[in-house]
Parts: sequence; C-alpha cells; structure tokens
Amino acid sequence: MAKKQVVSTTINGQQEEFLCEPRQTLLEVLRDVLDMTGTKEGCSNGNCGACTVLLNGRPIDSCLVLAVEVEGAEIETIEGVAPAGGLHPLQTAFLEQAALQCGICTPGFIMQAKALLEQKPNPTEREIRFYLAGNLCRCTGYDKIVRAVQQAATAQQEVQV
Amino acid sequence: MATVDKPQSATADAGARDYKVIGTRPIRHDGVDKVTGRARYGADIALTGMLHGAVLRSPHAHAKILSIDTSAAKKLPGVRAVVTHADLPDVASKVADLGEGMFDLRDLSRNVLAHDKVLYRGHAVAAVAADNVHIADEALRLIEVKYEVLTPVMDVVEAMQDGAPILHDDLRTEGFVSSDDAADKPTNIAKVFLHEKGNLEQGFAEADLVIEREIRTATVHQGYIEPHNATVHWNADGQITCWISTQGSFVVREQLAGLLQVPVSRVRVIPMEIGGGFGGKIPVYMAPAAAIMSKMTGRPVKMIMDRAAVLEATGPTPGSCVRVKLGVKSDGTIVAGDAWIAFEAGAFPGSPVPAGCMCVFACYDVPNGRVQGFDVVLNRPATKAYRAPGATQVAMATETVIDEICEQLKLDPLEFRLKNGAREGTRRVDGPVFARIGMLETVKAIRDSEHWQSTLDGKWRGRGVASGYWFNAGLKSAVTASVNADGRVSMLEGSTDIGGSRASISMMLAETLGIGAEDITPAVVDTDSIGYTDVTGGSRVTYATGWAAYEAGLDIQRQMCERAASIWDCDSKDVTFAAGTISGPEGKSFSFKELAQKVQSSGDPVIGRGVSDHNEPGGAFATHCVDVEVDPETGKVTILRYTAAQDVGTAIHPAYVEGQIQGGTVQGIGWAINEEYFYDKEGRMRNASLLDYRMPTCYDLPMIDALIVEVPNPGHPYGVRGVGEVPIVPPPAALANAIHAATGIRMTSLPMSPPKVLHELLKARAASGNGK
Ligand code: FES
Ligand code: FES
Repeated sequence: MAKKQVVSTTINGQQEEFLCEPRQTLLEVLRDVLDMTGTKEGCSNGNCGACTVLLNGRPIDSCLVLAVEVEGAEIETIEGVAPAGGLHPLQTAFLEQAALQCGICTPGFIMQAKALLEQKPNPTEREIRFYLAGNLCRCTGYDKIVRAVQQAATAQQEVQV
Repeated sequence: MATVDKPQSATADAGARDYKVIGTRPIRHDGVDKVTGRARYGADIALTGMLHGAVLRSPHAHAKILSIDTSAAKKLPGVRAVVTHADLPDVASKVADLGEGMFDLRDLSRNVLAHDKVLYRGHAVAAVAADNVHIADEALRLIEVKYEVLTPVMDVVEAMQDGAPILHDDLRTEGFVSSDDAADKPTNIAKVFLHEKGNLEQGFAEADLVIEREIRTATVHQGYIEPHNATVHWNADGQITCWISTQGSFVVREQLAGLLQVPVSRVRVIPMEIGGGFGGKIPVYMAPAAAIMSKMTGRPVKMIMDRAAVLEATGPTPGSCVRVKLGVKSDGTIVAGDAWIAFEAGAFPGSPVPAGCMCVFACYDVPNGRVQGFDVVLNRPATKAYRAPGATQVAMATETVIDEICEQLKLDPLEFRLKNGAREGTRRVDGPVFARIGMLETVKAIRDSEHWQSTLDGKWRGRGVASGYWFNAGLKSAVTASVNADGRVSMLEGSTDIGGSRASISMMLAETLGIGAEDITPAVVDTDSIGYTDVTGGSRVTYATGWAAYEAGLDIQRQMCERAASIWDCDSKDVTFAAGTISGPEGKSFSFKELAQKVQSSGDPVIGRGVSDHNEPGGAFATHCVDVEVDPETGKVTILRYTAAQDVGTAIHPAYVEGQIQGGTVQGIGWAINEEYFYDKEGRMRNASLLDYRMPTCYDLPMIDALIVEVPNPGHPYGVRGVGEVPIVPPPAALANAIHAATGIRMTSLPMSPPKVLHELLKARAASGNGK
C-alpha cells in the first residue's frame, strides 16, 4: 500500500484538507473519507454521470479523477448547491416537475444542469438534451428532467431581470 | 409544502369525482432530501468497525469447481474473513414466493455462492471481507479456483434440444409433459405450461386469414443506476441487522432467514433509499455472504457490487423465442390464436414465462386459443422480474402479427383493436374473466389524440401503434398512522419508495381523513416496526398499500368519532365523520385539527391500523403510438413523436403517474432499439458496461406524451389500478410497426438496432432492385 498523501482543496467554498491513498478516486474520498454521500456512484467508470461534481466550475465524473489530482482545486458538490435555508432554482424545479423517481441520478443531473445554465442561461430543448446526454436516468424517461431544467432557466432569468 | 397543480400533457378527467387531495400534484415528502443529497441510499451507510467486502466471480460460463484454495488470501494483511459455499448452511429445496416470482431456496443459495458448478460468467464463487475494498479486491486475486470447463449453452431453443449441454443433472421437466418426454432424463426444460380455451382446430378452420410469425427477443437488463448493496451486522446476541436497497424488506428478511437457517424474527431489515429496481432488487445477492463474514468477525460487513457484476450476475430479464399464430375472418374478427413461448430462465428455473402466457392474448377476445410456455435453463445469469415481467416479449409477437393482419386486410389498426379488444366479461385464454377494464378506452384515447389525427409526411417515416396488458398484483400491505396534537398524522409503511409512493400513499390517507397531503408525515420503516408488507413490485403499492392507508384512515375516523362522543357525552352512533369534519348532535362539530388537539387531554392516543390483502387489482392496459424516421444508410431509428395512453384507474398523483408511463415507455424503447447482452461463444458477456450496454440517453428521445385514461377499478376504494409496469409493454411492437410503415420491412427480432435494421433494408433492396 502506497503512503497516504495530504490534499488541500476548497469544497463548497470551504477549505478542506484530507488524507488519501494515491489510488483513491475523488468520488471515493468524497463519499468515504469526507462523508459527503450526496454524490452517487452508478458505474465507477465514467458512463453514468451519477458522480458528477464541478471541478473549477466544469462538470466532471468524480469517479474518473484521482483525489490527489484535486490539490488546489475548487470543487462543488450537491451538498453545496442550496443556499442556507432554501433551495436552488434547479432543486425547486426538479421537485415541482416531479423530475425524480428513485432520485439516485438527481444529484448528478443537478450538477450537470447547473453547469449548463451557468454557460447558457437560456438553452433550447435540444441543447439541454445534448448537454445532459452523459447522465443516465433509468426511471423518468427524461421528459420531466428536461422540463425541470427549462423551468429553472426561466426562473433564473426572471430573477435577473 | 407547496402544491403544484398544472397538468402537463395529461387529459385526466378527474372532474367526475369529488376528491380534494387525489388528483393534485403535491411535492413529494422525501423530495427535499433527494434533491439536496441528504437521502441515505444503501451505499451511503457507514458503521463503526465496518469491513468492506468483495466477490470473486467465475470467468467461465459453465464449469465444474474442482477446488478452491483461499489460504493465500486469508494471509493478506487487512483480510478478516473469506467465505465460499461451504460456509453457507445446507438448505433443502423449498419454493418460496417472493411476490414477483417464485424462488427455490436451494437454487438461491447456490446463486449466492456457487456450489459444485458455476453456471454463468460472473457467478459468485467466494467472498472476502477486509479493512477496505482495495485490500478485499487484492485478496480476490489470491484465491485459487480450479475449474473443469464445460461447454455452455447460450440460446433458448438450443438449450431445449436433445443433446444440449445440461446445467443441472437432477432437473426434470415439471408441468404439462407429453408422456414420451416424461422419461427420467436430465433436461434444461424446467417446466411446461399450457392453457386452452374453445376449440383451436375449429377456430382456425373458420379463419379467412392466418398469420404465424416467430419473434426473438434479446436478454436485457433492468438497468437501475444504483448497483446492488448490502451491509449486515450479525450481533453477538444472534440478532442480524441488514441495511439494504431493496424492493421488499420483508422478502429480504425471508430470504436471509431461509439461507442462514435462523428464525425470521432474528433478522431485522432496514430498507435504505433505493436507486431503482424494476423487479431486479427483490432477490438477495451479497447479503448472505456479508452476514456469514460478519458472524465470523463480529463486525458489520458492507458490500457494493460493481457495474460489470450488476450486468453479468444480476437481473436480467429473459431473452425469448415466441411463435404467435392468429386466425381472423375477412372483417377482422379474431377466431383463433395459438402461442408457443420459450423463455430463458438463466442458470436456475423460474423465468416469468407463466406471466407471458397470461398476457400474450390478453388484450383481445380470442374465442379459441392455446398457449404453451417453456421455462428453460441456460448459461446466463438467473433471470429476474423486470417491469411487467414476460409481457413485453409476448406483446412484440402478438402486436406485430396483428399489424400484418391489418395491413393485409386493409383495416385500421385502431378499429381492429376496438372490434376485438378485451372488455368487461372477456375471458382470457388462461381462464380469468375481466371485470371493468379500460383497453378500449386507451385505444379511443389514441384515436382521438392530436398525434393520431396529425399527418406524418416524409420519406422513410412511419407511424405504428401497439397495445399491452399487465395484470398487476395485490398481495399484503400494512400501514399504521398516529394522530398528533397539531392535527398532523405520522404514517408508517413497509413499502419501499422507489418513485414517489410516500406521496401517493399519504394522499390516500389524507383524502380519507379530509386533511391535506402535507399534513401526513410518511416514513418507510424496518421489518420490526410495521406489519408484513410484500415487495414494491407488481404495480401493487398504490393499490394495496394505498388500501391499507385507507383502512388506517377509517380506523382513525372511528376512533375520532368515539372520542368526540365521549367529549360531547353522546352515543358514538350519533357522531359522523365526513370531509375532515366530525359532527354530532345539536349541530356540534370539530374539525379534524380541533379534535386532534384534544386527543391527548381526553384519553388514549389515536392510532389507526390498516392492512390489506385484496386481489382485484384490475388489469392495466396501454395503447401507444409512435412516429419514427429510419436512416436508410445506417439503419438508425429516430423517434420523432411518442404518445402513450394508459388506463390507470384513478391517477392519485398525476405527475408521478405520467412519470411511470414515461419511464416505462423509455425502458421499452431501449429494449426495442438498443439493448442486448452480447455473448461470445464461450459465454462471456462482451458489453458489461453502461457504455456498451446502451440504455437510452435524453439525447436519443423526444418528450413522451402521457395520456392518462381513468376507468376506475371497481375493486379498490379509490378506483386505483397499478400503473408502473404496463407502459414498458407496447413500445417494441409499436416501434416495429412504425419501422414497417417507414420502410416496408418487418423486424422479427429485438433489438431493432442499426446493424439489424440495415441488414433487413439491404436484403429488401437486393430483392426488389432498389429498396422501398
Ligand atoms: S459513477 Fe462516475 S460516471 Fe458513473
Ligand atoms: S430517478 Fe431513478 S435513475 Fe433517475
């Protein structure tokens, strides 16, 4: 077993230092070392998007990143999305549109959609479907997920106007 | 909690009844936890002193195990326990009903850890518990297994032939066996089913047109995004606790008790949130090994399956060979139907072929019929229920034959269904007579839809329709509910919530009590905290657990009336409960809330108890319509528009009803055009990842319009029918029929993937000179 290493990062705006083995993924460290289990594991090889987090603002599959690689990086996970005492417009929209059934894919979709709306505040349906194509949902058939992202986009724009 | 009440694309005609809560769209009670990452799923549990397990799996599809040497693995630092089948108690062959399919306990034990043979690639052979999962994985590599490799049999029809490799030397065919086959010889045909009605020969003799086709469907997986998990602690006092993502905590308890040979009450199962199941999360896989290793070490053991193992060793649902022959008069009246259905059971008997036999002709009135079914073992994982298990395979056959009949007789496919469709009083070939059902209403909903009325222009484009049936299950459920001093009600249930059922069950209790959905606090509790409840499966939860909630509500009504009577000092017969108001003599009344506030000061706590064990779940019918465009160069099928009409009885929470319809439809679409297990000739699965086992992504699809049709089920207090399963049934046939309309080719095997469609297109082109 290789020696553990110290890694310093910012997670959801807070400084974090953790110990990890070089072979541990970011997903494993988030879940098992930091007890941030909101980020989910569906495949551990980059095919399902359940483990999506934002790394320096970009959505990535945290199962494909080694934890030692995030030294100095800024990470945002599902636990950091809601403002204190409230919900993010995407979270509200997912609830109002009934865009989750089992909910295992939901954190990944919300992170991916958040990145989309930050880049493109007013995406078309096709753009939404393209951008979310790396996130699998087996329960909903995606219809209500797409509608939830559309609702959140509208809600965010209304706030800005 | 906010109530969102904007219908999407549904045409719910809820106006007919006077419900206050049913038919609205409240935010689900567990919603906030699930959008913020707080909800705890099975993999999210962490216990003090917890070990991590891993499973060694067979690299061969069929082999004898000659020896297993675990000594090197046991010596690796950090390894705490290693188990093989020898560490499991011996269990006798005994059939148990797990709600969605029967299981033989001995087979289950041999599936958990292989006994003397491995029967499919990925079959569990040994398990390790270690300080962390990486050490456990390393230890697996140190386990030495000697195999004598045998020839596998991978195809259902080949497995039925004389001379095929035999999986189980002691297996003999049960059921309807012709006397010359009944010889006492090993076979892969575990069971033969037969249903007959009327006079088949005479029926076909009356027919003006007879069409017979053979359809093959591929093995497909349920595809839940959350892999299987189990964490078990075997305490020093003999009490076993299991934290698991499951569709049924009580059936996990039953399986663990049976496999570990302990009384059921020694096992407590705590259902964690579950990330999808679709029928595949009913059996136990790793929990028994985790339990034994916990007993050995005195520490909790957690096991999580990796994705390749999920595909190679759990689920899937059977591939099949189905022959359907239908005879009709020239006006389209069905006179006879004959079906021959062979299902892959996988490594152990128990495919859903009985259900396939019940469903194959169920959408229609078939006066003379015969259905034969075969349950066939072969070297694939032991198949499991998957959403309307068995119905999709057979619908692909019946519904494409009907399309061909309509084409030849120049009949409108919806008119054909209105003429022949099952209705109240129709007797299925397997016996039961339908009560009030909504098959015809779903056909009419499609006929009247904007989609069907619209025209579809363009080359290589076509429209198809198909119908489907699922019988739904009833089974047992229990609910308890206590009235709190603030007028809210805490509700306990045993049905694990996979898709918003906390909300729908709460809504039925709220309706019964005349309070709001948000006034109910639902909790899914462990097996020590609620009465026996069957699995979340068979489309039964809203029906059966909803009924139990209704009964609990009636029990609360009665107690509240008695309490009011004692406060008012009158006879409880003079007190009535209606729409949340308790009324007594001389115009006295309490609102539910007012009386709830007095409960504590005026007597005993008020706790409602409700149970249900009813079996009139009302059949579910669906009719779907789809427009496709086929790329003549690649064979790729693009879905342009999709409308799914379904009789749901009563839509309790229309948004989640639509969600079930949309989700089931998309699983059916994946089954139709992409998904399949690829095996090489050694029986190795070549696409055991979510990249290569290609489930639909949102980029592959349009919106799915769900048309809610409500023909209330006379067998339920709120008219509920099961909703969850039938939407998966029509899509493959609807797509096959649409592909035919677009290209002129008839696809007879699933999936209708680009290479297969292209192959048929090229064949047709070669035959006719230039294609269409
Ligand atoms: S768990 Fe990372 S993509 Fe599936
Ligand atoms: S809600 Fe279950 S996988 Fe998306």
